Amino acid sequence: MLRLEKLVKTYKTGDRALTDVDLVVPVGQVLALIGPSGAGKSTLIRCINRLVEPTSGKVYLGDIELTGLSSGGLRRERRRMGMIFQEYALVERLTVMENVLSGRLGYVGFWRSFLRRFPQSDIDEAFRLLDRVGLAHMADKRADELSGGQRQRVGICRALIQNPAVLLVDEPTASLDPKTSRQIMRLICELCRERGLAAIINIHDVALAQMFVQRVIGLRMGAVEFDGPPEGLTSEVLTTIYGEEDWEATIAKVEDDDDDDDDENTSGAAA
Amino acid sequence: MPLDQRLGRPWRKPPFIQRPWLRWVLGVGTVAYLIAAYMTIDVNWMRVYEGLERGKQFVLAFTSPDFTTRSTDIWGGMLESIVMTICASVVGIIISIPIALGAARNIAPLPVYMICRTVIAVSRSLQEIIVAILLVAIFGFGPLAGFLTLSFATIGFLSKLLAEDIESMDRVQAEAIKASGAKWTQWINYGVQPQVMPRLIGLSMYRIDINFRESAILGLVGAGGIGATLNTAFDRYEYDTAAAILLIIIAIVMALEYLSGFIRARVQ
Repeated sequence: MLRLEKLVKTYKTGDRALTDVDLVVPVGQVLALIGPSGAGKSTLIRCINRLVEPTSGKVYLGDIELTGLSSGGLRRERRRMGMIFQEYALVERLTVMENVLSGRLGYVGFWRSFLRRFPQSDIDEAFRLLDRVGLAHMADKRADELSGGQRQRVGICRALIQNPAVLLVDEPTASLDPKTSRQIMRLICELCRERGLAAIINIHDVALAQMFVQRVIGLRMGAVEFDGPPEGLTSEVLTTIYGEEDWEATIAKVEDDDDDDDDENTSGAAA
Repeated sequence: MPLDQRLGRPWRKPPFIQRPWLRWVLGVGTVAYLIAAYMTIDVNWMRVYEGLERGKQFVLAFTSPDFTTRSTDIWGGMLESIVMTICASVVGIIISIPIALGAARNIAPLPVYMICRTVIAVSRSLQEIIVAILLVAIFGFGPLAGFLTLSFATIGFLSKLLAEDIESMDRVQAEAIKASGAKWTQWINYGVQPQVMPRLIGLSMYRIDINFRESAILGLVGAGGIGATLNTAFDRYEYDTAAAILLIIIAIVMALEYLSGFIRARVQ
């Protein structure tokens, strides 16, 4: 589905953010990308849809090489890649509905979007998605009136209405509380399963990643350090990715799992 | 310094200028210069004494403003000023939006940025009165010159401040729109415009306010508007008529101020 070949990104400052990253993501696989801050997780995701221009290497979505596309072709392919952002990145002064519909911008012409006259099918789909995430009644609220968790759910709708083949998810839970974080991760993974979507999820919280995904990639200094199932994340592996630290607590938390972080006890009932 | 020596001693904020002698030279020098500079201002107290009488008449005229004697001139001039203000503001705002987009470094490529910044710099460096004198020379007396002057001045003002607001917008919100595959125009419409709209409206209201006040000045150099009537009134020592005109200007500016406050509160 998604294939990265020898992807390199060197910033103008000389920082090598990515060094020869090779990665294949099959259809329907949800993959977590972990690694310390500055390891290049964000850069990797943004190099795929070319919000950051890779220095060299190739990215294929299906059979199409994204890295060689003209700006028009890139726009067409960006429609097949839904992106979910760390700080939600909703346009705050637009309504929830406008934010969701903005996911269709790649499909409609300028005047239609300017006059907010989207095709009925788009509007229906937007309401279906909002209803799916429990926010249909918020459609006409302004995005900045929503709480963090609600905003992120709108962000998810915006990505899904693009009808994407793959989701690029950049730190979806970084600004959320532990309970909401789980709900959001669960929602993303459920939706990916329902729609057979592949997803790359950037995430800081190793325990949370292990809980939900089928495969984990550990990135360190711009290179893939670990690639395997979540159970494969041992203390030694985490040490090679992040450096020396006592990892037992992090891993233990996962193993007794599905119930809790210490700071909230009701999450079993959540979602 | 070890902690036990540190304890018990006072702490003061380090001075902005480290070297004591330089600090003193700059401080004393500034005071000495200011004293010397103020002493060069030549005040003729006899002249001030005579002038006070004239000033008093001027101020007293406000207690008996004369709206009627020259009413046709006043209303004609006022109408001309208002038309000039509205037309110039609308044209200026419409032109300044694309220039502002071009002058925002985070949106425009470097060559476009340079051109737009140059336009802004030219517009801002030429004071309204100078532009008006030039345009009156080209187009002759009348409101056309005033209208063009104000439009030109609006471009420099609005483009610069709007461009700065665009440059300080939240990049990620705009990035999210771009990631959906939006065209450039859609990106501006969905990702940028909502973020800068309150500022654009606030600045536009403020500029209308400024343009109206400027239109009262431009008449002094023959560029039409209420300023011409005002100038005539002063020339004829008709302070009561001048007072009437000034009162109307103050009233309109206050109304605009109130209106802009109301609108800005609504668009936040």
